Amino acid sequence: MSGTPSTETRSASADNDFKRELVALIPHLRAFARSLCGDPTAADDLAQDAMMKAWDARASFQIGTNMKAWTFMILRNQFYSEKRRSWRQSQLDQDVAERTLLAVDDPEAPIALDELRLALRSLPDEQREALVLVGAGGFAYEEAAEICGCAVGTVKSRVSRARRAVQAALVSGGYERDGAAAGDAMGSILSDAERLSGAR
Amino acid sequence: MIDRKLQPRSGKPRPAEGPRSEGEEARLRQQAIGVGLRHMFDQVVNEPVPDEFLDILRNADLAGKEAGE
Repeated sequence: MSGTPSTETRSASADNDFKRELVALIPHLRAFARSLCGDPTAADDLAQDAMMKAWDARASFQIGTNMKAWTFMILRNQFYSEKRRSWRQSQLDQDVAERTLLAVDDPEAPIALDELRLALRSLPDEQREALVLVGAGGFAYEEAAEICGCAVGTVKSRVSRARRAVQAALVSGGYERDGAAAGDAMGSILSDAERLSGAR
Repeated sequence: MIDRKLQPRSGKPRPAEGPRSEGEEARLRQQAIGVGLRHMFDQVVNEPVPDEFLDILRNADLAGKEAGE
Protein backbone atom coordinates (compact mmCIF):
# COMPACT_ATOMS: atom_id res chain seq x y z
CA MET A 1 0.00 0.00 0.00
CA SER A 2 2.62 2.53 1.07
CA GLY A 3 4.66 2.04 -2.09
CA THR A 4 1.86 2.80 -4.54
CA PRO A 5 2.01 5.99 -6.62
CA SER A 6 0.18 8.98 -5.21
CA THR A 7 -2.73 8.83 -7.66
CA GLU A 8 -3.55 5.26 -6.70
CA THR A 9 -3.13 6.01 -3.03
CA ARG A 10 -5.51 8.90 -3.32
CA SER A 11 -8.04 6.85 -5.20
CA ALA A 12 -7.86 4.07 -2.60
CA SER A 13 -8.47 6.54 0.16
CA ALA A 14 -11.29 8.14 -1.84
CA ASP A 15 -12.79 4.67 -2.17
CA ASN A 16 -12.53 4.17 1.55
CA ASP A 17 -14.20 7.50 2.25
CA PHE A 18 -16.90 6.68 -0.25
CA LYS A 19 -17.46 3.29 1.28
CA ARG A 20 -17.70 4.67 4.79
CA GLU A 21 -20.28 7.20 3.69
CA LEU A 22 -22.19 4.58 1.73
CA VAL A 23 -22.32 2.24 4.72
CA ALA A 24 -23.67 5.08 6.86
CA LEU A 25 -26.43 5.59 4.31
CA ILE A 26 -27.59 1.96 4.25
CA PRO A 27 -30.26 2.44 6.97
CA HIS A 28 -31.69 5.39 5.04
CA LEU A 29 -31.65 3.47 1.76
CA ARG A 30 -33.52 0.64 3.46
CA ALA A 31 -36.15 3.02 4.81
CA PHE A 32 -36.63 4.73 1.46
CA ALA A 33 -36.81 1.38 -0.33
CA ARG A 34 -39.42 0.14 2.10
CA SER A 35 -41.51 3.23 1.57
CA LEU A 36 -41.39 2.62 -2.17
CA CYS A 37 -42.05 -1.08 -2.42
CA GLY A 38 -43.64 -1.99 0.86
CA ASP A 39 -42.60 -5.58 1.25
CA PRO A 40 -39.54 -5.59 3.56
CA THR A 41 -37.72 -8.41 1.73
CA ALA A 42 -38.21 -6.88 -1.70
CA ALA A 43 -37.20 -3.54 -0.21
CA ASP A 44 -33.91 -4.93 1.09
CA ASP A 45 -33.20 -6.47 -2.32
CA LEU A 46 -33.83 -3.08 -3.87
CA ALA A 47 -31.64 -1.33 -1.31
CA GLN A 48 -28.83 -3.82 -1.93
CA ASP A 49 -29.07 -3.35 -5.69
CA ALA A 50 -28.97 0.40 -5.24
CA MET A 51 -26.02 0.16 -2.89
CA MET A 52 -24.10 -1.93 -5.43
CA LYS A 53 -24.99 0.40 -8.29
CA ALA A 54 -23.76 3.32 -6.21
CA TRP A 55 -20.55 1.47 -5.42
CA ASP A 56 -19.96 0.59 -9.07
CA ALA A 57 -20.64 4.19 -10.09
CA ARG A 58 -18.49 5.71 -7.36
CA ALA A 59 -16.07 7.19 -9.88
CA SER A 60 -18.87 9.36 -11.23
CA PHE A 61 -19.88 10.68 -7.82
CA GLN A 62 -18.79 14.26 -7.36
CA ILE A 63 -17.12 14.56 -4.01
CA GLY A 64 -18.65 17.27 -1.91
CA THR A 65 -22.12 16.89 -3.36
CA ASN A 66 -25.00 15.31 -1.47
CA MET A 67 -24.34 11.59 -1.47
CA LYS A 68 -27.61 10.77 0.25
CA ALA A 69 -29.58 12.44 -2.53
CA TRP A 70 -27.38 10.74 -5.13
CA THR A 71 -27.92 7.26 -3.71
CA PHE A 72 -31.66 7.89 -3.28
CA MET A 73 -31.83 8.85 -6.93
CA ILE A 74 -30.10 5.61 -7.89
CA LEU A 75 -32.48 3.62 -5.71
CA ARG A 76 -35.51 5.37 -7.14
CA ASN A 77 -34.41 4.77 -10.72
CA GLN A 78 -33.77 1.15 -9.91
CA PHE A 79 -37.22 0.84 -8.38
CA TYR A 80 -39.00 2.26 -11.40
CA SER A 81 -37.02 0.27 -13.94
CA GLU A 82 -37.78 -2.94 -12.05
CA LYS A 83 -41.36 -1.92 -11.66
CA ARG A 84 -41.74 -1.40 -15.38
CA ARG A 85 -40.38 -4.87 -15.97
CA SER A 86 -42.63 -6.53 -13.46
CA TRP A 87 -45.68 -4.37 -13.63
CA ARG A 88 -48.12 -7.24 -13.66
CA GLN A 89 -46.44 -8.88 -10.74
CA SER A 90 -46.52 -5.65 -8.77
CA GLN A 91 -50.25 -5.42 -9.30
CA LEU A 92 -50.59 -8.90 -7.84
CA ASP A 93 -48.41 -7.90 -4.93
CA GLN A 94 -50.54 -4.90 -4.16
CA ASP A 95 -52.39 -6.64 -1.35
CA VAL A 96 -49.14 -7.53 0.34
CA ALA A 97 -47.79 -4.07 -0.17
CA GLU A 98 -50.86 -2.49 1.33
CA ARG A 99 -50.20 -4.25 4.55
CA THR A 100 -46.48 -3.79 4.70
CA LEU A 101 -45.64 -0.24 3.70
CA LEU A 102 -42.77 0.62 6.03
CA ALA A 103 -43.87 -2.33 8.08
CA VAL A 104 -41.83 -2.92 11.17
CA ASP A 105 -41.78 -5.81 13.51
CA ASP A 106 -42.91 -3.82 16.48
CA PRO A 107 -46.02 -5.07 18.25
CA GLU A 108 -46.09 -1.89 20.29
CA ALA A 109 -46.21 0.37 17.27
CA PRO A 110 -49.18 2.67 17.66
CA ILE A 111 -52.28 1.56 15.77
CA ALA A 112 -52.66 4.93 14.11
CA LEU A 113 -49.38 4.49 12.26
CA ASP A 114 -50.99 1.54 10.51
CA GLU A 115 -53.71 3.86 9.30
CA LEU A 116 -51.05 6.26 8.13
CA ARG A 117 -49.35 3.42 6.25
CA LEU A 118 -52.56 2.52 4.51
CA ALA A 119 -53.27 6.14 3.66
CA LEU A 120 -49.77 6.46 2.21
CA ARG A 121 -50.12 3.25 0.25
CA SER A 122 -53.28 4.58 -1.35
CA LEU A 123 -51.39 7.52 -2.87
CA PRO A 124 -50.07 7.51 -6.43
CA ASP A 125 -46.36 6.56 -6.45
CA GLU A 126 -45.12 10.01 -7.32
CA GLN A 127 -47.07 11.67 -4.54
CA ARG A 128 -45.98 9.11 -2.00
CA GLU A 129 -42.30 9.36 -2.83
CA ALA A 130 -42.45 13.17 -2.75
CA LEU A 131 -44.13 13.14 0.65
CA VAL A 132 -41.69 10.56 2.03
CA LEU A 133 -38.61 12.41 0.77
CA VAL A 134 -39.71 15.80 2.07
CA GLY A 135 -41.82 14.78 5.04
CA ALA A 136 -39.68 11.95 6.42
CA GLY A 137 -36.35 11.83 4.60
CA GLY A 138 -35.42 15.37 5.51
CA PHE A 139 -34.83 16.53 1.95
CA ALA A 140 -35.43 20.08 0.78
CA TYR A 141 -37.85 20.49 -2.11
CA GLU A 142 -34.91 21.21 -4.41
CA GLU A 143 -33.17 17.96 -3.43
CA ALA A 144 -36.37 15.95 -3.77
CA ALA A 145 -36.86 17.45 -7.23
CA GLU A 146 -33.37 16.34 -8.20
CA ILE A 147 -33.98 12.84 -6.87
CA CYS A 148 -37.29 12.52 -8.72
CA GLY A 149 -36.04 14.20 -11.87
CA CYS A 150 -38.75 16.84 -11.96
CA ALA A 151 -39.26 20.54 -11.32
CA VAL A 152 -39.27 21.96 -7.80
CA GLY A 153 -42.81 23.25 -8.33
CA THR A 154 -43.93 19.77 -9.28
CA VAL A 155 -42.55 18.33 -6.05
CA LYS A 156 -44.24 21.05 -4.04
CA SER A 157 -47.59 20.37 -5.60
CA ARG A 158 -47.19 16.59 -5.21
CA VAL A 159 -46.32 16.98 -1.54
CA SER A 160 -49.23 19.26 -0.96
CA ARG A 161 -51.68 16.99 -2.76
CA ALA A 162 -50.30 14.01 -0.87
CA ARG A 163 -50.71 15.79 2.47
CA ARG A 164 -54.28 16.70 1.71
CA ALA A 165 -55.10 13.18 0.55
CA VAL A 166 -53.52 11.56 3.62
CA GLN A 167 -55.35 13.92 5.91
CA ALA A 168 -58.65 13.30 4.17
CA ALA A 169 -58.12 9.55 4.37
CA LEU A 170 -57.30 9.71 8.07
CA VAL A 171 -60.15 12.02 8.93
CA SER A 172 -62.73 9.97 7.09
CA GLY A 173 -61.28 6.82 8.59
CA GLY A 174 -62.55 5.04 5.54
CA TYR A 175 -59.95 2.31 5.69
CA GLU A 176 -60.84 -1.01 7.09
CA ARG A 177 -58.51 -3.33 8.81
CA ASP A 178 -59.33 -6.90 9.62
CA GLY A 179 -62.86 -6.15 8.63
CA ALA A 180 -63.35 -3.48 11.26
CA ALA A 181 -63.81 0.20 10.62
CA ALA A 182 -60.64 2.14 11.29
CA GLY A 183 -62.41 4.70 13.39
CA ASP A 184 -60.95 8.06 14.22
CA ALA A 185 -57.48 7.54 12.81
CA MET A 186 -56.77 11.24 12.65
CA GLY A 187 -57.50 11.60 16.34
CA SER A 188 -55.04 8.82 17.13
CA ILE A 189 -52.41 10.32 14.85
CA LEU A 190 -52.84 13.65 16.60
CA SER A 191 -52.43 12.19 20.05
CA ASP A 192 -49.51 10.04 18.88
CA ALA A 193 -47.88 13.10 17.42
CA GLU A 194 -48.15 14.86 20.73
CA ARG A 195 -46.64 11.88 22.49
CA LEU A 196 -43.89 11.28 19.94
CA SER A 197 -42.86 14.91 19.73
CA GLY A 198 -43.03 15.33 23.49
CA ALA A 199 -39.35 14.54 24.01
CA ARG A 200 -38.00 16.78 21.26
CA MET B 1 -29.18 4.22 19.00
CA ILE B 2 -32.76 3.07 19.16
CA ASP B 3 -35.25 5.87 19.22
CA ARG B 4 -36.38 6.12 22.79
CA LYS B 5 -38.29 9.31 22.79
CA LEU B 6 -41.62 7.71 23.37
CA GLN B 7 -41.99 8.66 27.00
CA PRO B 8 -44.85 11.03 27.51
CA ARG B 9 -43.80 14.35 28.84
CA SER B 10 -46.16 15.62 31.44
CA GLY B 11 -44.84 19.16 31.38
CA LYS B 12 -45.87 19.76 27.82
CA PRO B 13 -48.55 22.45 27.78
CA ARG B 14 -51.77 21.38 26.20
CA PRO B 15 -53.57 23.77 23.95
CA ALA B 16 -56.54 25.34 25.64
CA GLU B 17 -59.76 23.49 25.03
CA GLY B 18 -62.26 25.23 22.85
CA PRO B 19 -62.85 25.95 19.22
CA ARG B 20 -59.73 26.23 17.12
CA SER B 21 -59.64 28.04 13.86
CA GLU B 22 -59.85 25.85 10.78
CA GLY B 23 -56.37 26.91 9.76
CA GLU B 24 -54.99 25.98 13.14
CA GLU B 25 -56.74 22.63 13.01
CA ALA B 26 -55.29 21.88 9.57
CA ARG B 27 -51.83 22.94 10.69
CA LEU B 28 -51.96 20.63 13.70
CA ARG B 29 -53.11 17.74 11.54
CA GLN B 30 -50.33 18.27 9.05
CA GLN B 31 -47.85 18.51 11.87
CA ALA B 32 -49.17 15.25 13.26
CA ILE B 33 -48.88 13.54 9.88
CA GLY B 34 -45.31 14.83 9.64
CA VAL B 35 -44.41 13.40 13.04
CA GLY B 36 -46.01 10.08 12.10
CA LEU B 37 -44.15 9.94 8.78
CA ARG B 38 -40.80 10.67 10.37
CA HIS B 39 -41.48 8.11 13.05
CA MET B 40 -42.29 5.41 10.50
CA PHE B 41 -39.17 6.24 8.51
CA ASP B 42 -36.95 6.42 11.59
CA GLN B 43 -38.21 3.07 12.81
CA VAL B 44 -36.69 1.46 9.74
CA VAL B 45 -33.54 3.62 9.89
CA ASN B 46 -33.03 2.44 13.46
CA GLU B 47 -33.33 -1.24 12.62
CA PRO B 48 -30.01 -3.08 12.66
CA VAL B 49 -28.62 -3.40 9.13
CA PRO B 50 -28.66 -7.04 7.97
CA ASP B 51 -25.13 -8.47 7.63
CA GLU B 52 -25.84 -9.22 3.98
CA PHE B 53 -25.40 -5.56 3.07
CA LEU B 54 -21.91 -5.32 4.47
CA ASP B 55 -20.95 -8.75 3.13
CA ILE B 56 -21.97 -7.78 -0.39
CA LEU B 57 -20.07 -4.54 -0.21
CA ARG B 58 -16.98 -6.19 1.24
CA ASN B 59 -16.97 -8.85 -1.48
CA ALA B 60 -17.37 -6.26 -4.20
CA ASP B 61 -14.52 -4.26 -2.75
CA LEU B 62 -12.26 -7.32 -2.59
CA ALA B 63 -13.22 -8.45 -6.10
CA GLY B 64 -12.45 -4.98 -7.40
CA LYS B 65 -9.07 -4.91 -5.71
CA GLU B 66 -8.12 -8.29 -7.12
CA ALA B 67 -9.21 -7.30 -10.59
CA GLY B 68 -7.44 -3.96 -10.42
CA GLU B 69 -4.06 -5.13 -9.16
